[in-house]
Amino acid sequence: MEKFLKMKNISKLYTGVRALDDVSFSLDYGEIHCLVGENGSGKSTLIKIISGVIPPEEGAEIEIEGRPLDISHFTSKDSINNGVHVIYQDLSLFPNLTVRENISFNVHVEKGHKLVNWSNINEIARNVVKDIGIDLDLDRVLGTMSIADQQLVAICKALIGELKLLIMDEPTSSLTKNEVDSLFTVVKKLKKRGITTMFVSHKLNEILEIAERVTVLRDGQCVGVYDPDDLSHEKLTFLMTGKKIEYTRPDESVVKDNVLLQVKGFTKKGNFKNIDFDLREGEILGITGLLGSGRTELALALFGINPADRGEVVINGKKVSIRSNGDALRNGIGYVPEDRLELGLVMPQSVGNNITVTVLDNLLNSINMIDKEKKRRAVEKGVADLAIKIPSVNSAVMTLSGGNQQRVVLAKWIATEPKILILDEPTVGIDVAAKSSIHETIKQLAARGIGIIIISDEIHEVLYNCHRVLVMRRGRLVRDAKTRDITEEQLFQIVNVG
Amino acid sequence: METKGFINRLLKRNEIYLLFVIIGLSIMLSIVNPNFLTLENLFDILRSYSFMGILAVGVLVVLLSGGIDISFTANATVAQYVMAYLLVNHLKMNIFLAILIPCVIGVALGGINASLIYFLNAPPIIITISTLNVYFGVLQFVSGGKWLYNFPVWFRNFPKVSVIHLVNPEGIPYGLSILTIIWIVIVVCTFFILRYTTLGRKIYAMGGNTEAAKRSGLNVFQIQMFVYCFMGLLAGVASIIQALLAQTVAPNAIMGRELEVIAAVVLGGASLAGGSGSLVGTLLGVSLIATITNGLTLMRVSSYWQNVFIGLIIIISVSITALQRKAVARRVTAVDVEE
Amino acid sequence: MWKSEKYKIKNWFRNNRELATLPFVLVVVFALMSGLAPSRFLKGSNFQSMAIQLPEVGLFALAMMITLLTGGINLSVITTANLSGIIGALILKTYCTPTDTGTITVLIMVLAIVASLAVSLVLGLINGFLIAHVGVSAILATLGTMTLYDGLGIAITKGYVISDFPKCFLYIGTGTVLGVPVALLVFIVSAYLMSLILARKPFGLSTYMIGSNERATEFSGVNVKGVLMKTYLLSGFLSGIASIIMTSRFNSANAGYGSSYLLVTVLIAVLGGVDPFGGFGKVSGLVMALVILQFISSGLNLLGVTAFVTISLWGTILIMVMGLNNYLEKRRFRTIKKGFSG
Repeated sequence: MEKFLKMKNISKLYTGVRALDDVSFSLDYGEIHCLVGENGSGKSTLIKIISGVIPPEEGAEIEIEGRPLDISHFTSKDSINNGVHVIYQDLSLFPNLTVRENISFNVHVEKGHKLVNWSNINEIARNVVKDIGIDLDLDRVLGTMSIADQQLVAICKALIGELKLLIMDEPTSSLTKNEVDSLFTVVKKLKKRGITTMFVSHKLNEILEIAERVTVLRDGQCVGVYDPDDLSHEKLTFLMTGKKIEYTRPDESVVKDNVLLQVKGFTKKGNFKNIDFDLREGEILGITGLLGSGRTELALALFGINPADRGEVVINGKKVSIRSNGDALRNGIGYVPEDRLELGLVMPQSVGNNITVTVLDNLLNSINMIDKEKKRRAVEKGVADLAIKIPSVNSAVMTLSGGNQQRVVLAKWIATEPKILILDEPTVGIDVAAKSSIHETIKQLAARGIGIIIISDEIHEVLYNCHRVLVMRRGRLVRDAKTRDITEEQLFQIVNVG
Repeated sequence: METKGFINRLLKRNEIYLLFVIIGLSIMLSIVNPNFLTLENLFDILRSYSFMGILAVGVLVVLLSGGIDISFTANATVAQYVMAYLLVNHLKMNIFLAILIPCVIGVALGGINASLIYFLNAPPIIITISTLNVYFGVLQFVSGGKWLYNFPVWFRNFPKVSVIHLVNPEGIPYGLSILTIIWIVIVVCTFFILRYTTLGRKIYAMGGNTEAAKRSGLNVFQIQMFVYCFMGLLAGVASIIQALLAQTVAPNAIMGRELEVIAAVVLGGASLAGGSGSLVGTLLGVSLIATITNGLTLMRVSSYWQNVFIGLIIIISVSITALQRKAVARRVTAVDVEE
Repeated sequence: MWKSEKYKIKNWFRNNRELATLPFVLVVVFALMSGLAPSRFLKGSNFQSMAIQLPEVGLFALAMMITLLTGGINLSVITTANLSGIIGALILKTYCTPTDTGTITVLIMVLAIVASLAVSLVLGLINGFLIAHVGVSAILATLGTMTLYDGLGIAITKGYVISDFPKCFLYIGTGTVLGVPVALLVFIVSAYLMSLILARKPFGLSTYMIGSNERATEFSGVNVKGVLMKTYLLSGFLSGIASIIMTSRFNSANAGYGSSYLLVTVLIAVLGGVDPFGGFGKVSGLVMALVILQFISSGLNLLGVTAFVTISLWGTILIMVMGLNNYLEKRRFRTIKKGFSG
């Protein structure tokens, strides 16, 4: 059986870096394939080459449907003409236009079309949606729809014109379990029509569920192509990083008896109801659950940005009122948001400014001005404490690597000498090797006596890094257990099935 | 079933509330002064506001594309002055040239805006603030600030033309002015462009998501060029109308009214960020401002208070929009809590 | 000692690359103007008059700058000043005559000044409330307040000019202390305090962070609403100070003054290194840009060039600065891109 796509000797060089090194890659007709690799492994470069955005080095051979391509003249338009469509994480859709117009948008762009034939647009959109069997309101303005629905619109859009290969970059990162299932149903329908799907993903559960073959890239080289049945979490990590990472359960002995935080009857309309839990000094508490279960809303209530309607918060035995982010900070509560880029750091500003923004009031001298020495020392301490690698404290944070950026985020909160630190998805989007390093740092922080709350989607991360776990569903707390008393399968069941 | 959905969608649109406000205000005003809701008064308002109305259409199109233009008053001033100068001094001018010249100048100045914005990759607000001052400064320098008047007879008579001739109780004729007709024609043409040409849809697309627009292969430069040149064209046409209405042309007559026009467009629901806004909304925004100012005059409130009311309306309107946006955001992020 | 001085200067240039060109431009412009009209430009009276004009524009530029830093803008600075000035002028006019002297007059003058400043604070508060608490975008909020304040000014004065104030008041705008104009001293003190606040106060540092990313700054525990409120209060206050100087210098208050200043304040800020999108900018840069533009303005004036050419020049300069920034940005991006992998 001919392969749909055959690529050989694919290399790509940038000044001093081999993004891809003699990679071979192939796709069968109608297969569902997953491409896995760390940041810098070359997976986005590979996709850009397949979609014609950048050319490979000389000597590369690419065949689509048995026909060799002229790589020196292969543009993204050619790629689209060959039936290859890429859906990036930002979806490239127009939030102010309706679904029908978004789906049929490319008709506008085709040459020679000066006037809009609305009945044509309507028909095209209606047919595609009916064909693939999705239920979408064609008149809805895209921006008012959920990300999951917008993604379906993006897929419909790709189906206009002949779609042969659909490439999706991390399609499930913001989807709930139900939405992921809907997406996979659509992918299977595509398969039935002979369309090949490839996606880039790092979510092991989903890879195992939907992929038929998995290609692993590491440092620009192809490590191998595998059958998902042969893969486990540990094996995949090993293939992606080349290292065996030891997963150890956290040390119970660091947990002190002192109850640091008590939350009673915490309720906020439309967010969560009657949440009760304790947190001890040195304890790492994991909160897991499906997307939309209210975990982040709960965290933001503790942090004062989304204050609760009712309930008590007791810190070290004293009742406190948290109605603003200032209240939270004064009571020693810190929050590290999931969206590092948009909410965790001020990207264009320097490392120094980012580290000290949380403690500006602590840097004052006797006449209430910020003391330059104090500031310098605070920054140096933060950098040293968390081993942040930077050329200068004045470098803008956006020039740092993802792992180092996450360290700056942690540094700025450590500087506040928090009693309680809430980390929302602390390792999302970070490479596996860097992940375990962050986990180590978190464990060290707990050892210092800080009470840590980790919100995470990944059951594995919660089990191996937390002393206790809370499961939330639909705004309620449904389970509170010690991690050593519960297995991965049990936890998976509680979260996904109930 | 169909109509219910239609009505629901209609109610969700901001323009409806604007319409209610205008209707409400009109009713109140006509109680205070019955002369307000007369056809004669309405035709008169439509005539005087054609100038602002045409400019508002141009501003809307620019805003839809994600840009902004604050130089259109200077643009109009230059176009108007050149036309007037030629009319007053070179009697061989005819109607055709009188229309053509301001339009060409308007398009050219708009084209300069578009080029600067594209090639310098600079924020349109800063570029157009600059060109506003350059265009106006150069005109003032070259013209010496001289007022122009004494237009040819046909120029003086044209604005008196009206369609639909009626006579009021005192025997004075009135009617729907030809100037208003010009405005209406422009509105209809713009509606057609925005809704039925691919260019119009591309303008909306670019305003909604510039990155995606580029990736979809849209020629950003072309679209921007059209949008700013269109604004310039409308500025040219509007300047002719203003000259016809005032029958004198002074270099500083139009200047200073930029923010007033932008306020009308924003009141009508257009977003400064781009991608959303409608002609209906813009017309309603202009109508609201017209209603207020005209209403104030009829209520014998001195014109000194006009800006106070307009300022308050702007503040209230944008505040409501902002609060609405916050409420929507809160609804979108709600969790389906199990009771 | 010499070495540490040299190191400090070198360091300053490295940390302020965008501003490094300004001192050179300053010198060049000064030389140019001096060269074009040496007898008139280099006269003491020219420097005197520049020193008198400059503070108003400078204060407006500072008022604009602080809002630009937070990623916003204040279109109402001029009308705030006009309205504040009108209120103060009314008090002066009602209780004084131009020939009045003596302690009572001075007290009334103080009252008028306090009233002006109080009004400017209230006007700034309204802006702050709309932007920080209601959540209106700065450009729309200040567009509305600009119109409202203008309207109030016109409604109160009915288009008339309020003028003829007692000598003690005129002293502020035209008087000198040891040869230095009072107004200039006021500006220098304001500029200095502002630079201190921006560099050494939590409020100031938060301003930059908010300008670069408001939400992330909120997630860092900063009271963003409070900072924005203070920003617009300060902006209003600076406009208020400007109004006192303006009213004193012109010996009159009116609803329509200074409307052409709006462009100039943006120009000075942007030329002085303030990022129009927020997050970056220093008072030192702004002051240098201010002086440069003042040299150009006075120089051209002395050469007999009309004000209109000058405004066209401002527009052209702003366009060129945008072009230059774009070119430098492109060059910097190219060097970063070179070492980038997929």
